Amino acid sequence: MINIDQYKVHQEPFYQAQGDEVALYEAAYAARLPVMVKGPTGCGKSRFVEYMAWKLNKPLITVACNEDMTASDLVGRYLLDANGTRWLDGPLTTAARIGAICYLDEIVEARQDTTVVIHPLTDHRRTLPLDKKGELIQAHPDFQLVISYNPGYQSLLKDLKQSTKQRFTAFDFDYPTTAVETEILAKETGMDRELTAKLVKIGHAARNLKGHGLDEGISTRLLVYAATLIKGGVEPKAACRMALVRPITDDADIRDTLDHAIDAVFA
Amino acid sequence: MMDILSLPQEFERYWQKLDCGFPRVAPIFADCMREAWTVLTNAGMDAYIDNARYLGKMGRGAEPILIFLEEWPSVAKSWGEDSLPEVMATVKRMAKSPNSKAIVPFLQSLPTAARRLHSQAQMSDYMVLVLDFMERTTGSVHGIHQTFPSPGLPEFFKQIPVLLHQLALVGLKNWIDYGIQFYNDHPDRQIEYFSLQSADSRAVLQRERHGTLLVDSERKLDMYMRSLWDDDDLLIPYSGDFDESRQPTPYYDKLGIRLPDVYQDDRGLSGLDRYRAALAHIVAHRRWTRAIIADNMSPSQRMAVEFLEDSRVEYLAMKEYPGLRRIFMALHPAPVEDACDYALESGVRHRLAMLSRAILDSAHPYKNAQIIAFSARFHDTMTQSDASTQDMADIAVSFVARTRLQSDNLPKTHFTDTVIDYRDDNRQMWQFIEEGDEEEAFDEERKIEPGEELKGLPPRHYPEWDYNSQSYRPDWVSVYESLHPRGNAADIDRLLEKHAALAKRLKKMLDLLKPQDKVRIRYQEEGSELDLDVALRSLIDYKGGSSPDLRINMSHKTSGRNIAVTVLLDLSQSLNEKAAGSNQTILELSQEAVSLLAWAIEKLGDPFSISGFHSNTRHDVRFMHIKGFSEHWDDEVKGRLAAMEASYSTRMGAAMRHASRYLEKQQADKKLMLILTDGEPADIDSKDGRILIEDARQAVKELDKAGIYAYCINLDPKADEYVKDIFGKQYTIIDKVADLPAKLPQLFISLTK
Repeated sequence: MINIDQYKVHQEPFYQAQGDEVALYEAAYAARLPVMVKGPTGCGKSRFVEYMAWKLNKPLITVACNEDMTASDLVGRYLLDANGTRWLDGPLTTAARIGAICYLDEIVEARQDTTVVIHPLTDHRRTLPLDKKGELIQAHPDFQLVISYNPGYQSLLKDLKQSTKQRFTAFDFDYPTTAVETEILAKETGMDRELTAKLVKIGHAARNLKGHGLDEGISTRLLVYAATLIKGGVEPKAACRMALVRPITDDADIRDTLDHAIDAVFA
Repeated sequence: MMDILSLPQEFERYWQKLDCGFPRVAPIFADCMREAWTVLTNAGMDAYIDNARYLGKMGRGAEPILIFLEEWPSVAKSWGEDSLPEVMATVKRMAKSPNSKAIVPFLQSLPTAARRLHSQAQMSDYMVLVLDFMERTTGSVHGIHQTFPSPGLPEFFKQIPVLLHQLALVGLKNWIDYGIQFYNDHPDRQIEYFSLQSADSRAVLQRERHGTLLVDSERKLDMYMRSLWDDDDLLIPYSGDFDESRQPTPYYDKLGIRLPDVYQDDRGLSGLDRYRAALAHIVAHRRWTRAIIADNMSPSQRMAVEFLEDSRVEYLAMKEYPGLRRIFMALHPAPVEDACDYALESGVRHRLAMLSRAILDSAHPYKNAQIIAFSARFHDTMTQSDASTQDMADIAVSFVARTRLQSDNLPKTHFTDTVIDYRDDNRQMWQFIEEGDEEEAFDEERKIEPGEELKGLPPRHYPEWDYNSQSYRPDWVSVYESLHPRGNAADIDRLLEKHAALAKRLKKMLDLLKPQDKVRIRYQEEGSELDLDVALRSLIDYKGGSSPDLRINMSHKTSGRNIAVTVLLDLSQSLNEKAAGSNQTILELSQEAVSLLAWAIEKLGDPFSISGFHSNTRHDVRFMHIKGFSEHWDDEVKGRLAAMEASYSTRMGAAMRHASRYLEKQQADKKLMLILTDGEPADIDSKDGRILIEDARQAVKELDKAGIYAYCINLDPKADEYVKDIFGKQYTIIDKVADLPAKLPQLFISLTK
């Protein structure tokens, strides 16, 4: 039997609500509607899903999608065995059987034909046909599908099909407001508000450059990294350069500008 | 002789020794002596007087001795008195040459030179530079005796303050070399150059100057504004250095933010930081200043409001970014409290600058009770809220009232340490209700005269490589781009029909032309390789008893030919000649060849453009647009090609540079520029044939750096002599021009295979 307990989220993950998304998600879950979370990298999408799984006390199965993923990686496949073959459930199938929340992270990375297998699970049918095995799984009443994607770096080639998009309810995430983000950093790392406010300011400076040489601003996740480094005794300016500036750009002009922003903020 | 009598005893001896009869020398002699006395040693005094005497007896009037007497002490302070022999040696050399007219300007230039060049070693370099300049520009007859004075030398000395203000010695030397090189045989132009009147003189100066240029740091500053201040505007440079006495300040208006074109590193800050300070100040105004009404205030009240408002926006900016304090503190002057004598000069600026400093710097040394009180009042206001421009006006008016002095009306104003050079002129801070005389100076509308139309594109300027000096001549060539006139498109179709057989052959070659990128196609029943993943899966299916997928092979296909091509046609006069062994002109053959080539490239689907060029001196290079990358090979384009005409000369480098502007912007893996020409680069204003060849070679190097592959198709049978120099191995010579229509597309195909 499958050990359901391993998929449970046991400790409460720290999540700072930015609006009424928690209540909305609960409503969507009550109706078992599929959910899509959109937003730039490192803004808290995965954390949100984890938090909701904890709050609803449901197992959570996460699949990180990549471009080599095939439908059978999701659904399951036969494996060669000493005496013939053996069927192995994929993560999606497992989730449908045990009634977990299945979270497909960065769904657009998967090939388009792969994403189609989730269609029957996401409408009124709530079924998953395993054609190779000749089985039709009726999803467990607790099962819910959640996908995430980052519309920021979309190329024309990497977008969800309308037929996929229109099966989901959606949350649009963005980097939190200054006050909330300061709060998040302080709570996440236990650092004082004054210092976290400075980090957030540097984050904003970089986000203003998005589209002017930067594909993506400094994420909340990177800010947390920087705060963690500072907490660990690294000199603040050096920590910021290491955690905030160097990862996001190779452009000398942008680097200089952001380094200057760090100097300006940490007088 | 009255004055002499009043000379102190010890100077009497020097006066005797000077033995000078010019009446203008006597009145200043005593003062000069007093100054010299404090600076020079006894031996130095003797040398000073001896040399002054020499200058007085030289026969060039009173001017040399006057200047020397007045200026030498201050020069000696900087260079040391033992530098005198070297300076005098230079003067003597001038006196012996026809250049004695330059002695006075030379002596006049010494104090500035001494201020700018600090060491004796630099002084020596300067003397060498001056003598070298003199030698090279002094004209001679039959190459033996120097007879004509150097035209540029006196002008040069007059410009020394400006030049040394902006250039280091190395830069000065380069600037001089450039001028001598190009204008040595043209006295009038030489004078223009060395008096900084000609455009290229200023351009070279701009290139050689030290400091941080706005043009070089524009992107960084744009980012600075955008990222730290979430603001965005055009940065427009103005030149402040040609006018020493009235330095313009930064300002902003509807059109953008105006900043000086260069900032030197100064007061421990880099030029970039100074730009950032000026920008931060202006952006802070844009964010926090609301214009207030000016009409009710007196000029001194307005000035006070401006100072305080500047302090307020900086205070707010520093609240946002504390790191700015370091920069502002370094740049803000710290007026000395008792530097201004309130009995003799107006101290309005002085007091305001002190207040401004006191507000910025809490550790200020000022004892003036009003300064301390008002600085405290400012901080009180600011800690309560962000305050407003009007709040500052209130404080300012009361400050002016409290600190007013009778002497504020004196004509002489104390300026020392009161100019805060990174701050803008606050023109956006005021609103005028009544028409005054002040606001008219700004925002003058530029009127376009009725009937005036903008014709064609404005010229683009390109540098040209000068192999003699191994440097670029900045903005040397003007390129005018225009649309080629249209002719009859059917002519081109007729040409293509004529070559129908050739086209068929080409078609076959085009079909064979395999593009480069390999793409894997999976799930093939038949293919070049076994796809292991899929094969394994099929095997499992097979063993498991379900039907296996038979599409277990994969193959490769090539896709995405990614080449952008520019065809650049030389349309110079020589194309009108009949080709050897043919009754067609080279122009007609080129037309046919290009038509076929265009047809072939269009078939392949590569993005390509066609342009033609010819030149009539460096001031008029014509660049004709025949086909752009976004246009198709249609009647419009064919019409332009049909109307092709040839005239003038071949200035190849500039045309290549201009064409590369467009090709560079194409997003293609490979970029190819085909240059079709029938002779070497030449132009009527270029006597030295090598120059344009070397320039074209440099242009090829530039293209290479930009990732563009330049390839020359040369129709000149004698091209071997130069084409290798320009294009290296990237060329073909077509001896039999009649074959061109067949050769050109084939050549293209083989190049891009």
